[in-house]
Order: sequence, then C-alpha cells, then structure tokens
Amino acid sequence: MAQPDDYGFSEEASLLKNSARKFFKNNFSTDKLHRMVADNSDYSGASESPWDKELWQQLLELGWTLLAIPESAEGLGLPAVAVAGLVEEAGRAAFPCPLLATLNATYVLAACGNSSNAALKEIAEGATATLALTNRTGSWQPQDTEVLVTDRKLNGTAWFVQDARKIDRLLVCAKKGTGHSLYWVASDAPGISVHADRIVDLTRDQAHVEFLDVEAEEVCEDGLKALEQAFPAIWTMLAADVIGAAEWQLQTTTEYARTRTQFERPIGFFQAVKHPLVDVMIQIDEAKSLVYNAACAIDHEPRRAAEYAHMAKASASETAAFASSRSVQFHGGIGYTWECFVQLYFKRQKHSQLLWGDAAWHRARLADIVLGEIG
Amino acid sequence: MSDSASKDNPEQAEFRQHCRDWLCDNTPAEPSFRLPISALEIMTEEQLTYLKDWQKSAYDAGLVGCDYPIAYGGGGRSNCQRIANEEMHRAKTPYMPNIIGLGMAAPTVLQYGQEEMKKHLLPRLFSGEDIWCQGFSEPGSGSDLASVQTFAQRDGDSWVINGHKVWTSLAHFAAWMIILLRTDKTQKHGGLSYFVVPISSALDQGVSVKPLIKMTGETGFNEVLFDDLQVDDGLRLGALGHGWQVATTTLLHERDAGELVTPRSGGMKNAATHNANTANLIDLARNTQYNGKAAVEDPLLRDRIMRQLIRETALEENQRRTRVPALLEHPARLQLQNKLLRSEIAQETAALALEVAGASASLYLGDQNAPAAGQWPLAYMSTYGNTIAAGTSEVQRNILGERVLSLAKSK
Repeated sequence: MAQPDDYGFSEEASLLKNSARKFFKNNFSTDKLHRMVADNSDYSGASESPWDKELWQQLLELGWTLLAIPESAEGLGLPAVAVAGLVEEAGRAAFPCPLLATLNATYVLAACGNSSNAALKEIAEGATATLALTNRTGSWQPQDTEVLVTDRKLNGTAWFVQDARKIDRLLVCAKKGTGHSLYWVASDAPGISVHADRIVDLTRDQAHVEFLDVEAEEVCEDGLKALEQAFPAIWTMLAADVIGAAEWQLQTTTEYARTRTQFERPIGFFQAVKHPLVDVMIQIDEAKSLVYNAACAIDHEPRRAAEYAHMAKASASETAAFASSRSVQFHGGIGYTWECFVQLYFKRQKHSQLLWGDAAWHRARLADIVLGEIG
Repeated sequence: MSDSASKDNPEQAEFRQHCRDWLCDNTPAEPSFRLPISALEIMTEEQLTYLKDWQKSAYDAGLVGCDYPIAYGGGGRSNCQRIANEEMHRAKTPYMPNIIGLGMAAPTVLQYGQEEMKKHLLPRLFSGEDIWCQGFSEPGSGSDLASVQTFAQRDGDSWVINGHKVWTSLAHFAAWMIILLRTDKTQKHGGLSYFVVPISSALDQGVSVKPLIKMTGETGFNEVLFDDLQVDDGLRLGALGHGWQVATTTLLHERDAGELVTPRSGGMKNAATHNANTANLIDLARNTQYNGKAAVEDPLLRDRIMRQLIRETALEENQRRTRVPALLEHPARLQLQNKLLRSEIAQETAALALEVAGASASLYLGDQNAPAAGQWPLAYMSTYGNTIAAGTSEVQRNILGERVLSLAKSK
C-alpha cells in the first residue's frame, strides 16, 4: 500500500489543526501556563500537578478524544495525520492534560479487536485513560512489566505512568501465566494506590501505581501483539507533541535574539547565535517531516509504520534536547531563572526526549529492522 | 514514503505515461567508460558526447524543459518537469551534461532575457547543443559575491569586459556563460549588471579558459580570463545596475528553491559511479570486517549509520512536505534548507564510510584492493565541492537566519 503524496492531510485535518492553534492562542497563553504550574518554585509542590480542568472539559466537548476512536466504537475514526496535527498544536501550547495518555490507550484498545469495544465506548463518552506497563527500571518493552495476574487479580507496581492523577481509567499490561494480557480498570478501584512521583517537568504528572489484589476487566489476551501494533502511533504522537513544543522554543528564542542587544547589536546578528538557531530550525523540520511520514504510514503503509515511527521519535528526541539546550543558553542569565518561560518547555522537552524511548533506543530498534538483528 | 503518481492530475498522468513509454525503449545503455559523479566533473570528449546525446534524445522526446513556453523550445506544460524527472530517475538514466544551463541560466534568461535572445538561446540550451557555465566567483569574491570586480566598460552599444572568474565548472566545453559584472565602481550591489557572454566562439578573442585541478585530482572547473572581450548590449539581462536582483533568481534555482523545477535525470547504476548515500554505506558495512565481524554488526556503527538513514529520509520527506502548504510554517523555509542539507548529509555519510572501511579507506582510485574501487575517498572529498559551491554552508545558514528567522543581517 502506497502513501498519498500529501500524507492524506485533508482539508478537515487542516481545519482541525488551525482551530486547535487558535483555541490555545485565545485560551491558554504561556503566561497563564506559568502562573498555573510555576506559581510556587518549591519542588515539594511539584507533585500537585495543577491543570485547567475546565478548559480540558471544553476540549472533551469539542470531541478531541474521539478523533482516534474507530467509527465502529462510536468515535470519529480520523487518520493518524489529522490527530498528529492536533497533538502538534497541544505540544506547542504545552497544555497540561491527559490528551496524549488517552490517545495512547485508544490506539492500544483499537488494536485489541472487538474485546475492547466497551472500553473504547467509555472513552467516546468522555472517560480519560493512560497506559500502565513500564517496570521500575524504565524498560520500554512491555513484556518486562512487573504487574502479575494472580488468582485473576492484578498485583505489583507499574512505574512511570503518565498523567496518572488526571485520568479515569488505567490500561494495564500484566503477566498472566506465560503470556501478557491487557486489563481495563478505574484508577480509583479498590486495591489501587497512585503514588505521585516528584518530577522535573511541571506540565505533566507521573506516578507509580500499586496494585493489590485488584479486580480488573481483561480486554485483550494477546497484549504484546496489540501493543506492538499500537506503538508506532504512540511514538509518533509523542514526536508530534515534541515538534510543536520545539517550534515554540525556536520562535521564542529567535524573538529574543532579535530584540536583546549587546555590543550595540541584536545578539541574533552574531553567527555564534544565528547559526545554531538555524540548526534548531533544521532539526525541527527534519523531525516534522518524519512525523507526518510516520503518521501517514500508520493508515497507509502499516508494514513500515514501526520503521518510520522509530525515525520520527529518534529525530524528535534529538530535536527536543537541542532546542531546549539552545533556548536556555541564548536567553542568557534570564534564561536560567524560574521566572523565564523557557524553563517550562525545557523541562517538558527533556521529559519527552526520554519517554517511550530516547533517540539511541529508537535507532537501535530501527537498525534491527533495516540491518537485521545481531546475536 | 509516498508514491507521488497517486496525486497526478489528468494532464500529469498522461504525461507520466508518455515518459514511461518512451524511457522503456530509449534509456541508453551504460557506457563502457567511467562517468564522473556529476556533470561538473566531466573531463573527456567521450564522456561529454555520450551525455549530450542522451540530453538531446530526452529533449526531442519532450522530457526536458516541459514547463517552459513552446515559443522558446519548451513543452508548454505546467508542473510536468517534476514528473519527467521522477520517471527518468526511476528508469535509471544518465544525468544531463548541461546542468548549469538547465538549472541556472534557463530560468534567469526566461525571466529577464529579451525576446530574440530567448528564442535563439533556450532551444539550444534545452537540447544540450550549447553547454553553459556560470561566471560569478572571482579570486577576491567568494562568499561576498557582490564585491565582484570584473568590469564592463561601456563603448556605445557594446561593452568591453576585463577581469578574472574562477571555479567555473564546464567552461572548457561551454558556448555561453551567465556572468555577473561590475558596471559602476562607485556602489556595491547597485553597481552590478548581469549578462550572457560567448565563451567557445570568443576563445583567443578576449576569452581564455585555463583548467584548475581539484583536490581529488579531477579537472572539471576552470578559471576564465577576460581581456577586452567586446559584447553587445543586447546580451544584458535586466536593467543596468540590477545585476544583483537577477543573480538572486539564478541562485534560488541553483539551490533548488526557485519557481521552476530544474530538468534533472539520473539514477543510472554505473559501475564506476558512486553516490555518497546510506544504501551504498550499508552495502559497504555488510562487506567490511570490523573488529573481527561484519561492520554492520557493530553497535556503535549501527547507531551512526541509522543517524544517516534518518537524516536522508528526512530530506526526502522535506521535499514531500514542501508540496503540502498546510504543514509549512513559512513558505521558503524548507526550500532554502535543501542545498545545505543535501551537501552536509552526503558529507557525513561519506565520512562515516571511510571509518567503516578502516585501513582500506587509504586506497584510492586504481588500487585493485580498494573497497568500491576507491570511490569512497573520492566521494568524500567531492562533497566539499557541494558544501562550498553555490554559497557555502555558512552563507546558507546566514540566509536562513536572516530570511526565515528575521535575525539581524550580517552586512
């Protein structure tokens, strides 16, 4: 199956992306973000993860969490490129919300077959969700999960669970006998304890989630297969978030380099500043082109979706690191302060850089596909 | 990645089929002699004749200059050159020798040339009968192009030219040169005018061409000396003193950022032609022993090879995204990166190939034990031609910083 030349990025996708950009521009300024999440510089308060639930409610009403749900489960069934366009804009705004987490759960559930239809319908009705499948060492291989099924109940701990304090449901990967099953459970079900992590990123929350004899609904018996099918979308959507945020970093830092004057010139005159800013732009553009190629492959070239998603996330991770580094450095002394907005994106990008595999991890997986595995 | 044929309009689809049918029967056989990496390194008459024959037959079949008006020898189509290019690459044709004519002179002559000039010069340019070269750089004017000193002195209806141009690829085969001249010494940019001037017909009558040897040992570029060359004012492009604006059109097309798609063929697998791309790098790594096993199994090399593959794919995807306005932040942002990325990525790929080859990377052309017949060291050195010519990478970054990011200008 070949990809359409324009990525299948339709008029509808374009309208959605533009309306998302306008929505955040009108309703969620960076100043507002800073007041919301960085009001208090004491990191002991960081685990409070404040967010704008009312604004999120408006996004739910706009149907943003319905986009990726198949029509058979009462969703809108939009192609991944349209969803990526929306996620790019949410990333540009660094809007704290469980959009990515819910999309991730949606893509996994959609890969489960009919057994997950009820769960998808809950999301279609407004429920939010996140994945719980990472172990204590941060392995991105779901077979390494520490959650076990014993006597038909979940026991163990899932680590690095994203936006765990903002969501309604958990989608858990648990070892069951010799296989791995996926379970769907309310995050406040009896036996579940959500322990908030104290994290660097002020725009997200993260937790480790403890399961003690938790009764949960099994939605997929071949959990690893469903996850393998959904991972390209998970990697690609996070990469889309990263390029949106990186574009904010580029534009904000460029604006500063145009206006900040030293040695009687705007600092952007100096090639020690100008050229690295161009390199940030180049990295963003490479990552962005790879993101839309990967997103298009999910619907039109699924055989190569993993290969292209590895490229997109590897490129986006490098971009996140470089754009963050230059944004603080080129703001100089003020860039190093709590009050400067660049710190918010710096921290969000460093989190995204490592989440679901850093650049080297994705290149190693890509090499296994392109060059063959090594013994 | 995409199959761009899926988006063809009816005219494009019909034209694509025409290209495929014609190429099926007319793609030339590989020559028995070595072809250089690109037209800019053509050294022998034998190479030139083979490549000119190819360009002429492709032109006669309507695959060259498709988007130019019929009155000037073009095909009178719209948005079809890209399709011809795609099909020629798919058919693995040779490249075309008149690369500077097609890529730089033709769009500039079309935009600024007088009617008679366009009718006379463009058909012979498209067919490859006239080879063109470009006279911009001088010994004292490289990145600071607007400082050129080669001077044209007015003499009634004609001009007398004196000066020295360098790095002039293809001048030794050229009939014509596009040239940036100073017509006023009192102002910098405003003192420039743009002309086309004869070369082969004026040898020893005001023009001399001397070959320069590249660091690779190849010839291909030259210095061109003007000693009282007299030319008619009708050979001027654009108004007097507007040479810089005209040159901008040339440079945009040189960097693949112009309005017209350059006719470009290629893809032929020539045993002695070697592109610095990841496919060739992987091929090398599969066939090279590194620390006692295949290089392709070394984790660090795998990581670095994948970096190159990712960037190379990104460059292709940038081209594709250029055609999707809804996914662009700025209209010229991707086009202006094109030349910079293409040259730098190829340079990194070739440099990595030398590391993969290890001690064998010391073996050059003609050594029977050299991997890929010694083409990798040649390819690596050749990439510097691309990171320096047509505006160095540093100048490209200035342009991107200033035009796209609106940072303060260097001058």
